[in-house]
Amino acid sequence: MKTYQAGKFDIAVIGAGHAGIEAALAASRLGCSTLIFTINMDAVGNCPCNPSIGGTAKGHLVREIDALGGEMGKTADECFLQMRMLNRGKGPAVHSLRAQIDRLKYASVMKHKLELQDNLQLRQAEIVDIMQTEDEEYPWQITTQMGAEFLLKKVIIATGTYLGGRIFVGEVSYEGGPDGTFAATKFGQSLRNLGLPLRRFKTGTPARVLRSSIDFSELDEQHGDEPPEPFSFETENMGDNKVVCHISWTNENTKNIILENIHRSPLYGGMIEGIGPRYCPSLEDKIMRFPDKERHQLFIEPCGENTEEMYLQGMSSSLPEEVQLKFYHTIKGLQNAVVMRPAYAIEYDCVDPLSMWATLEFKDFKGLYGAGQFNGSSGYEEAAAQGLVAGINAALAVKGKEPLILERSGSYIGTLIDDLITKGANEPYRMMTSRSEYRLVLRQDNADKRLTPIGREIGLVTNERWERFTLKQKLIEEELERINHTTLTLTETLNNILVSRETSPVSTGISLADLLRRPQISYKDLESVDVSRPQLPKSVFEQAEIEIKYAGYIKKQLDRVEQVQRMQEKELPADIDYKEITGLRLEAQEKLNKIKPRNIAQASRISGVSPADISVLVIWITSNRHKKGGEC
Amino acid sequence: MNENTIAAISTAQGQGGIGIIRISGNEAISTADKIFVSVSGKRLCDLEGYRAAYGKISENSEMIDEVVAIVYRAPYSYTGEDVVEICCHGGLFVTREVLRAAINAGAILAEPGEFTKRAFLNGKMDLSEAQAVMDIISAQSKQAARTALSQRTGALGKKVSDIKNRLVSTVGHLAAWADYPEEDIPEVSSTALLENILDVKASISKLVDEYSAGQAILHGIDTVIAGRPNVGKSTLMNLLSGFDKSIVTNIPGTTRDIVEETVIIGDVTLKLSDTAGIRDTENIVEKIGVDKTRERISSCSLILAVFDSSEELCEEDINLLESIEDTPSIAIINKTDLENKIDLKYIESKIKNIVKISAKTGEGKKELEDAIAEISGTKDFDPCAGIISTERQRSAAIKAISALEDAEQTLSFGFSFDAVTVCIEEAIDALLQLTGENVADAVVDDVFHSFCVGK
Repeated sequence: MKTYQAGKFDIAVIGAGHAGIEAALAASRLGCSTLIFTINMDAVGNCPCNPSIGGTAKGHLVREIDALGGEMGKTADECFLQMRMLNRGKGPAVHSLRAQIDRLKYASVMKHKLELQDNLQLRQAEIVDIMQTEDEEYPWQITTQMGAEFLLKKVIIATGTYLGGRIFVGEVSYEGGPDGTFAATKFGQSLRNLGLPLRRFKTGTPARVLRSSIDFSELDEQHGDEPPEPFSFETENMGDNKVVCHISWTNENTKNIILENIHRSPLYGGMIEGIGPRYCPSLEDKIMRFPDKERHQLFIEPCGENTEEMYLQGMSSSLPEEVQLKFYHTIKGLQNAVVMRPAYAIEYDCVDPLSMWATLEFKDFKGLYGAGQFNGSSGYEEAAAQGLVAGINAALAVKGKEPLILERSGSYIGTLIDDLITKGANEPYRMMTSRSEYRLVLRQDNADKRLTPIGREIGLVTNERWERFTLKQKLIEEELERINHTTLTLTETLNNILVSRETSPVSTGISLADLLRRPQISYKDLESVDVSRPQLPKSVFEQAEIEIKYAGYIKKQLDRVEQVQRMQEKELPADIDYKEITGLRLEAQEKLNKIKPRNIAQASRISGVSPADISVLVIWITSNRHKKGGEC
Repeated sequence: MNENTIAAISTAQGQGGIGIIRISGNEAISTADKIFVSVSGKRLCDLEGYRAAYGKISENSEMIDEVVAIVYRAPYSYTGEDVVEICCHGGLFVTREVLRAAINAGAILAEPGEFTKRAFLNGKMDLSEAQAVMDIISAQSKQAARTALSQRTGALGKKVSDIKNRLVSTVGHLAAWADYPEEDIPEVSSTALLENILDVKASISKLVDEYSAGQAILHGIDTVIAGRPNVGKSTLMNLLSGFDKSIVTNIPGTTRDIVEETVIIGDVTLKLSDTAGIRDTENIVEKIGVDKTRERISSCSLILAVFDSSEELCEEDINLLESIEDTPSIAIINKTDLENKIDLKYIESKIKNIVKISAKTGEGKKELEDAIAEISGTKDFDPCAGIISTERQRSAAIKAISALEDAEQTLSFGFSFDAVTVCIEEAIDALLQLTGENVADAVVDDVFHSFCVGK
């Protein structure tokens, strides 16, 4: 192939999905000359699966991305159709925001933001080759299928499901990316030649059906929250919810059709080698794994304001198209549904994340980073979170600054990355609140408190935003102070409120804090008797209320954080050869050499490293310190 | 950095001229003073380092042994801490009695390698010596890993695991319910949740109640006499009790089917239980007895399996042999005074230690005594299987109980379930300190195992 020199850049991002977008925006905003490649200019920021952003734990990720200075939350707010705070009533740790979005609008808004961004160039090209150069300043070269060669300081791979993508619909199978795009077929071989440990994962998506062919008359509706709450700590005016969603159920007939045709599923027929996620199973998976369950729920969600396509959440499948039509038609409301796009499974190449540092840089390839589904995760939000971290770290490295490592005790993003690089991913990794042992501390409402100072330090938080942030934190502190020092006098009104909330009346004055610690009493309940209360935005008093009400439990988790921090202080140098530490069991030596944990805390999370191995490591660190002390 | 004062027998276990019990830690000297009375009347705390005193160790004004106590002052000792070494007469019985007294006086039973580890951490060793320490810890973990594979040493692990799994499935349900709000996950009822918490708390409390530092030293090796009815278990029990008149207790068993007695045989103290015979039965009441027996067999440290040499091996005998294969056992071939019909070869293929006796005539008593001494003196023998035996284990269990109490209170106050989950996870975390798994992984796995979730 005839090639040409196309220029030198600080950073190239390969792929313009949710990971690539955040990586490119962060890198260019931090002052690095950045290129972002997409295989199809009309697929930038595409949502090939559900038309929604957020959800349990994913909503936390979006808020954290926003708090650090990322873009996903703002764009979701701009394109939302319906907002819901999930899990109200289950406690503040698990409150999660989810938006139904207009997917075409989302993609075009994101694309436009990339186009307008200084220091950033968006290009349509398939990358076919990557290689290391002899040049110390520009150690990486990538080549497009047109023969353009770019020299780069850092490269971020964010290929999503495009890399070696293969579509499966029953017996039909072909090379391809999501939503009818091309797959990236040559790049995978180039990465294998480089020595990256690639493997196959799979995922799937349900059919899209024509709105006018659905009979909504007997289906339950699901409405958004009023007023809708934004993801971004910067969004002020949300406007109204624009759509409703509908709920239906599968039945005995659906099940029978699937069972009769299960041999035609590429997964059960053995045609797919990739590993699929347990949490995003196809309908046939659900039926095979839980044969006793009589029915499965589905949600019918609009894909946008200017389209009649409806997404059938919960109904993904890789059965043949004719079987899909049959079983969809058994479902109430879908008897006459016209399928516009069939459901399909997609199998793709991704990398073993154990080969990366917490910065998302490859251990064996300085200057090469990975993010998103390529790293073995699943979901737009998980991808965006990693893209942001990879973009920030590539930029910090270009600038010669200290890397950003988010601890799992400080964020869901940190938890996500730590899980990937410490435990690896045996299936596409999805975030869940149960993955965090600190979830009462890592709430979505306080993501700004946890991460905006870090975003500020990095340089992704504007002065104006920083001022608003510090003002909000000051108001929260002041309100906490006031609540802790306010005593409510005994009045009939107060006791009436208490009794009406089914909690015991008081016989003397009582501290406001003590009252708020009663689970039955909310901040709002006490409005009429709390006379010194200032006018505060909901985001302020809500946080003050949670901090007071859950103080004891938050403290429990903070104690755990502190314990882990002590272990984090015991650092393990990256260049240790664990084979040389006698006393470690063979399995532990191998795992430690592969994962190369940063500190004892991370080492203790590796499966196969026992408490005795940790003792040996602590002794080794101590003895190394003795030894170094002796040399000084 | 170590606040605990620890104690252990530092000389080889078994017969020997002298035995040394080492006590180390901030409270080592004051702990020793509680049990040591010198002839000169001087207290150990008044002695300088490297000084010895002659006197006796006694407990509740009963003398255990005449000893020499040597005082080492920090940092001039093996561990770098205050240390007292008590040199007493050798032999398992005396050394264990002295250790028991030290433990009753407040010391904690040292874990293997702990003195050396402390020596290292206190800067008393160079790098090559440190390597040796790491080897010790490693050898210990290898042994633990090996033994954990066998059913028998997994006894405590299995108990803890069962308890832990009950909590994990509760949290798993709560997690599925919170992480998949749009799936039809069954609601979690607070009554059922509370019941579960109380139930688990009771199980852990039971474990803690059984604990006593150095349980085996204090109360003897947990030994089960097993065998089908009429092979002579009771006769054997009486015979063993008769070895020494000093029967310490006569505790009615937890069920009518198990009778417990503490006997001293040679240097070894056994806590003996007689059990119901093992056989498959449809009778519900009898089945409960048999299940109890099975449970005792899986959690005890030593089994005396009794067979009748005058009869051929029956199915129940074979069941018994198979169920005890992984537990330290002695096969007792009883009724040698009668005609021999038993298939000894088969028994030998299952159990290494075989002793022939006649419980009726008393023939073979000495051989049995030797066999017990031998098996309980071997290195891999764990006298504390199935019970909480170290301070580390106990404090983990106590932490779990207190976390469950918090969970109970949180629930009864009417807090949201996420706060309850925080408390339950704290409890699981404490239990996992005993089993070494990761809490979040356990819960996530349970979610997918038990619930059909995902879009």
